[in-house]
Amino acid sequence: MPLNGAKRWLLVGIALAIVASYFSPQFNRYYLGVAIDVGIAIILATSLNLINGHTGQFSLGHAGFMAVGGFFSAWVSLHAGNLSHVFWYFPLSLVAGGLVAALVGLLVGVPSLRLRGDYLAIVTLGFGEIIRVVAQNTEAIGAASGLKGIPKLTTLGWTFSFAVITIYAISTLVNSTYGRGFIAVHDDEIAAESNGVDTTRTKVTAFVTGAFFAGIAGGLYAHHKQFLSPTGFDWLKSIEIVVMVILGGMGRTVGVVAAAILLTLMPELLRDFSEYRMIIYSLLIILLMLLRPAGLFSFHFKRRPQP
Amino acid sequence: MDWFFQQLINGLGLGAIYALIALGYTMVYGVLRFINFAHSDVLMLGAFSAFYIAPKIEKVFGSQSVLACIMVFILAAAACAVIGMTIERLAYRPLRNRPKLTVLITAIGVSLLIENTAQNERVLGSAPQAFPQLITERAIHLGNLVISSKDLLTVLVTLVLLGGMWFIVQKTRIGTAMRAVSFNQQAAALMGVPVDRIISFTFGLGSALAAVAGILYSLNSSIEPLMGVQPGLRAFVAAVLGGIGNLPGAVLGGFLLGLLETFAGGIEGWSNYRDAFAFGILILILLVKPAGLLGRSSVEKV
Repeated sequence: MPLNGAKRWLLVGIALAIVASYFSPQFNRYYLGVAIDVGIAIILATSLNLINGHTGQFSLGHAGFMAVGGFFSAWVSLHAGNLSHVFWYFPLSLVAGGLVAALVGLLVGVPSLRLRGDYLAIVTLGFGEIIRVVAQNTEAIGAASGLKGIPKLTTLGWTFSFAVITIYAISTLVNSTYGRGFIAVHDDEIAAESNGVDTTRTKVTAFVTGAFFAGIAGGLYAHHKQFLSPTGFDWLKSIEIVVMVILGGMGRTVGVVAAAILLTLMPELLRDFSEYRMIIYSLLIILLMLLRPAGLFSFHFKRRPQP
Repeated sequence: MDWFFQQLINGLGLGAIYALIALGYTMVYGVLRFINFAHSDVLMLGAFSAFYIAPKIEKVFGSQSVLACIMVFILAAAACAVIGMTIERLAYRPLRNRPKLTVLITAIGVSLLIENTAQNERVLGSAPQAFPQLITERAIHLGNLVISSKDLLTVLVTLVLLGGMWFIVQKTRIGTAMRAVSFNQQAAALMGVPVDRIISFTFGLGSALAAVAGILYSLNSSIEPLMGVQPGLRAFVAAVLGGIGNLPGAVLGGFLLGLLETFAGGIEGWSNYRDAFAFGILILILLVKPAGLLGRSSVEKV
């Protein structure tokens, strides 16, 4: 069976995830938890990278979509009863959460993507906050106290399978003929439009796709922490994801994945200095912007000629 | 009817504070075309500097005297002007010719840095602290309406500062230079306007206004390192509402938002959604009139 490079990597990745999952009961629980955090961060950063990096639309509301997907799939799990023990239940509930997040993404994206630059950033920030406030006032999902007792369904295997699928889906999307539109919009919107790219449609597609995967990440997060609170999805969470994308170099998939791993491990490594953790974190953002605005991992590689 | 006027008075007090903060956002946007996220933290620092200055000043000028109150305002404003200029010099000036997004993210970083440093127990600590009484608490009764002396002070200080701002921007040499830089930075530089100094001055002025707003805002509450975030976001919404970069627009937007928020907050069942309210208005405005109420829409040339 002929497989191109990306598909091969996809299968290898999923196989590795399943093997790792098989051995995971033998792992230290703490490391296992951190590893799942890393996987979720990879999904979030890669999906935001599609919006902020590849398409160049600065969104500050990614945590909002994560919240939508997380709350939806957690709510379903709490009402599903015995059904949640069925093997295929969990991935399907995650996808359902992702779809709801995508729907919200569509509702948010269509009006706001007419705006550009800082205006878009502020409007997405606003929508993210609105989602949080609505969640805080909805009794069905526990209002301000949040959802408790969500079944622990997230495993290493599912997390990394979804992480690999996210990376695969987004990088193949961007590398497809259709996906060139994203990069065209990023490079020059006016030029793209005059060359026949439907810029609004492209931007909304990127936004909705990003929201979908953020929703899945939210579902994984909910079934990992087993507790969801609306305050956990404020704009600081969005900024955390944005920083991963910037650190990795906007639009560089490998860099963004590396940054997601690094930034999730960093707080764990800095646990002894937890008092200064956030100070170091914010200093890092400033220094990065001053010294390496193109990301930590940009070394001016010559771009491979595209066929 | 009484309810209406009472809310009107409360709304004007809140709107005045938003207007002052929004002016800082809009001025910086005018000259540099980016959102200074750290503005809300300068507000917080203003409140804290007043918190530390007030007891010392009151020892000299007497407790709750008018002179002491004015001195506290001036000293806190001066302190924040220096802080604002320092932030500009260290974090934003090196990025002058970089993409706007880079500067925006740096601004977020500066904001996080100030907040997290302030929250450290060895710096300011995250526990809320009671703000000193700067003026004698007195309620003025007008029929069934109650106007607190604090609301009166807020509106009074705001009106004086707005007048001062109008004078500086419209009538002085440096104000002319500010408008020139905002209109076309390159052309202004070619005409001999010292752009760097003007930008620095703009930051100082905006930060001083933020400090005053911070003191006025904390008159009714306690202070803590994250106190600036909510009023800052609202004031930013106000600035966009009025058309960012437009000074009268910021004032209009500030008062409008203060009034709308107070009225909506006074309605039963809506108060839980207060936080979402400002953003809801912002989104509506941007969708209908992206340049804001008083802003000019710019045509993009290809």
